[in-house]
Amino acid sequence: MTQATSQPSKIAGMTGRAVIVALAVLTAAAALPLVLTNYQVGLATEMLIFGVLAMSIDILAGFAGRTSLGHGAIFGVSGYVVVYASAQAGLPPAMAFALGVIAASLVAVIFALLAVRTSGVYFLLLTLALGMIVWGICLRWTQVTGGENGMRGDVRPALLVTHRAFYWAVLAGVTAVSYAMWRFVRSPFGLTLLGIRDSESRMRSLGYNVSLHLFIGFTVSGFFAGIAGALYAMFNNFVSPSTVALAQSVEGVLMMIAGGVGTLFGGFVGAAAIIALENAVSAYTERWQMVLGITFILIMIFAPEGIIGTLRAILTRKQR
Amino acid sequence: MNTFQLFNGLTFAALLFVVASGFTLIFGLLRIVNLAHGALYLFGGYIGFAVATKTGSFVLGGLGAMAAMAAIGFVLDQGLLRFVRGHDLRQVLLTLGFAFVLNDLALVIWGGDSFTVPIPQVLRGGLRVFGVFYPTYRLFVLATGIVVFATLWVLLNHTRLGALIRAGVDDAEMVEASGVNIGRVFLVTFLLGSALAGLGGLMGGAFLSLYPSADAEILVFSLAVVIIGGRGSLIGVGVGSLLVGLLNTLGQVMFPELAYFVIFGPMAVLLAFRPLGLFGRAA
Amino acid sequence: MNRRLFLKTSTAALAAGTAGAPWRGALAQAGPIKIGLLAPLTGVVASGGKEMVEGVQFYLDQVKSEIAGRKVELVIEDDASNPDTALQKARRLVEQGNCHMLIGDLLANTGLAVANYVKGTGTPYFIPIIAADDLTQRQRIKNVIRVAGYSASAFTHPFGDWALKQGYKKIATISQDYTFGHEQCGGLSQVFTEGGGEIVQQFWHPLNTADFSPYLGQLADLKVDAIFAMETGADATRFIQQYASFGLKGKIPLLGAMNATDQSVIRTLGEECDGIIAAAHFAEGSDNPVTQKFTKEYEAKYGKIPSLYGFSMYSGIMWVAEALEKLGGKVEDRELLIDTVLKTELVGSPLGKTVKLDSYGNPIYDVQIRKVVKRADGKYWNVPVTSYPNVSQFWKYDPETYMKQPPYSRTFQGIKKT
Repeated sequence: MTQATSQPSKIAGMTGRAVIVALAVLTAAAALPLVLTNYQVGLATEMLIFGVLAMSIDILAGFAGRTSLGHGAIFGVSGYVVVYASAQAGLPPAMAFALGVIAASLVAVIFALLAVRTSGVYFLLLTLALGMIVWGICLRWTQVTGGENGMRGDVRPALLVTHRAFYWAVLAGVTAVSYAMWRFVRSPFGLTLLGIRDSESRMRSLGYNVSLHLFIGFTVSGFFAGIAGALYAMFNNFVSPSTVALAQSVEGVLMMIAGGVGTLFGGFVGAAAIIALENAVSAYTERWQMVLGITFILIMIFAPEGIIGTLRAILTRKQR
Repeated sequence: MNTFQLFNGLTFAALLFVVASGFTLIFGLLRIVNLAHGALYLFGGYIGFAVATKTGSFVLGGLGAMAAMAAIGFVLDQGLLRFVRGHDLRQVLLTLGFAFVLNDLALVIWGGDSFTVPIPQVLRGGLRVFGVFYPTYRLFVLATGIVVFATLWVLLNHTRLGALIRAGVDDAEMVEASGVNIGRVFLVTFLLGSALAGLGGLMGGAFLSLYPSADAEILVFSLAVVIIGGRGSLIGVGVGSLLVGLLNTLGQVMFPELAYFVIFGPMAVLLAFRPLGLFGRAA
Repeated sequence: MNRRLFLKTSTAALAAGTAGAPWRGALAQAGPIKIGLLAPLTGVVASGGKEMVEGVQFYLDQVKSEIAGRKVELVIEDDASNPDTALQKARRLVEQGNCHMLIGDLLANTGLAVANYVKGTGTPYFIPIIAADDLTQRQRIKNVIRVAGYSASAFTHPFGDWALKQGYKKIATISQDYTFGHEQCGGLSQVFTEGGGEIVQQFWHPLNTADFSPYLGQLADLKVDAIFAMETGADATRFIQQYASFGLKGKIPLLGAMNATDQSVIRTLGEECDGIIAAAHFAEGSDNPVTQKFTKEYEAKYGKIPSLYGFSMYSGIMWVAEALEKLGGKVEDRELLIDTVLKTELVGSPLGKTVKLDSYGNPIYDVQIRKVVKRADGKYWNVPVTSYPNVSQFWKYDPETYMKQPPYSRTFQGIKKT
């Protein structure tokens, strides 16, 4: 395609301005452990991990128009495999991590095979049902998964035992992974997904294999959810059926929505907002669930675009 | 499966039917997946329990539960859902948030103890039916399920409201275009669906008890019933309830390890290959 | 005068008389003792969690929030009946709240998650309620101590013996399908079968089973002398009701795990629970004067008869307090605190008898065989029928030999093959 106007030159796919913003954010994030307490560093680590989960859900929801309530299960399966590989099979952390991500991707493949032909509310319910099956397996297959009690182990590599070290390692990993997701959604493949979100019939008539695209998109999304799950297993050194439960999927969706569907990086904002809110609220009251519910309702009514989405809308309105 | 287990499955199916019929009415006509339906069951059950223990009357408990849940349904629909009409996903998630609020509110009001709705004297004890000694109350639940089915059947097929609902399930725009205030039909349906959830709560509360996670459990079963049976179809809910109820009992007895799989396996497969369920019709 | 009063007055005298003592002054500046209490205030076992908090607060109110001359700051966190949340809250209590110790948790999986965490931080963690056998047997963590608690099989060992003495020859068990259930059933089965009894069949059902009808039908068909039901919480409520509604009550004697006839279950039940027998260390209707006083005062304050949860947490925090008194309140020395707790004998226990820990950190109790009876005011409570003195977690077995056998599980129930 020829351009009438000149395009700004790009480094690694980003404009100069974007690079500066990214570097600034990264530097600030890296500097956080120097000013925060150990506990807060732990919270920040969680925000990063769940940000990745929220982003992975956004790949499907924001870019392919399909919201999944099964990603918690994919996330949790990765955790189970990581802890099992490390604690029961005695494998080194890097290998356990890789196995976890592979397992999550495989689960995503199975989910995808069944789910690609549905959309909207049916997609939601199907992924919910599949997630419940995974949860049921983790709960009942006691010999392997530990059942109700879950599994525990020392999963972190020795170097990353301290709060700070682990945070920086997670930050590095999350940065790489976010960049990969960002490139993915902006690639021609990602644009096709957007097309599918906007009008499936049009894409089909244009000759695109919609099912195949959705299948790949789902698997990629599951891959990233698996990375988040493996990181979480290392963070907690523990996994249990509640990690794969429906509530986990719901929380991931909520974080994505709070940040902004389709904004990708809104996932971090949403995760940070929800985790910070939970931390603040539960210091004063046990009614966190009620607060969460009310937040959900308010977001759906007043800010369905999420934080980033609403900000963008305000900015574009200002530019006119 | 022997007679005893059959009765168990049927009884549970009857309860599921009462609850899921409300769910499918709302899903079928308003296209809303009301994830707060389970919370309406539980909250309605608690209120029914409170009324029944205060007044000593099971019937009043039932009426109280239904009226209260219709009221809460009114608040949910007119107070909250009206802001997100037309946005399927937002509606679903809003009802989920509402479910969280109701569940926590119930915890605040009634605490976490398990409560059992008192069974009226006349329904206590058991009867000999088909060679087994079976609790009378459970037979009552079975009978009630059948009565509710019959009532809904008459309502949907022999009243004007029912005709409007059925037409609306098929094509709501057309109904509106023909001059009917579809909004009112929607509202009545929502109230009816919510009331059914409350009734289910009272009835279930007498033999399954009421406790903090009962809402999530019944919701998940209702989803399975409606998906398997098909959206917006009364026969579908009936068949779906029978299948899920019987499968659940069978699963518990024969494959306790696979309890969830026995229900969600078929649900997932159906969703993947025949999302409309057994009796659902395309929107 | 009883020992508790002695301890209180002597502490008061000490405080009054040694106001000028140097270590006292240092302590006064040392700040409060921060105790982190984890309990499920929301979620499936919320009612138990609330009573756990009441039990601790009941004790602290009695000592005016002061132990060994230092103020006690109690920080309460909700673990939401969920291990991930429990971990998060434990981290908050230890890393942000700077708590000197953690106490609480109800569900075994929340306890195991937190135990795994404190293994790394060395924070003393007291678990009066968590009953997973292995935490004080094969997978012992040094700083996790089951003060005032019990291991699952500890009470069912003597219960098996009692069943034999009643002349029961055949028993069937029905239980929630998780470690706690396996261990309780295992304890009963082992002793019962070693004494010549037969376990005809065992039923395992998932937690949160709403409908027991599939199992009750099968139980009714078995020709057994008694049924042992290991149920907790809402499952216990439903099981007992459905047992009665299916006509089994009065036909086959029902033996229960102590959780099944705990106040938290029977206080919302009626005549369905009348006559059920269980084995436990605590019987709220006991005529022991110390227990009576405890029950009466608790009921006056909270409007309900105390359950296992309130009682265990009360005893647990009392145990820690008695250890701290010995240490002069020096809670900062963790090693010393843990060692002292292990050596301390609970003198003021509401059981009316001093309780001590065995060499594995598990308490030794007099086990009451107790029965649910109706009180004069119409409420139901547990009254002892007979008792087995000084029962340890190992019953009459030699500890080393006992620990060589595998932990109780679904596949290993200690059943002696004939």
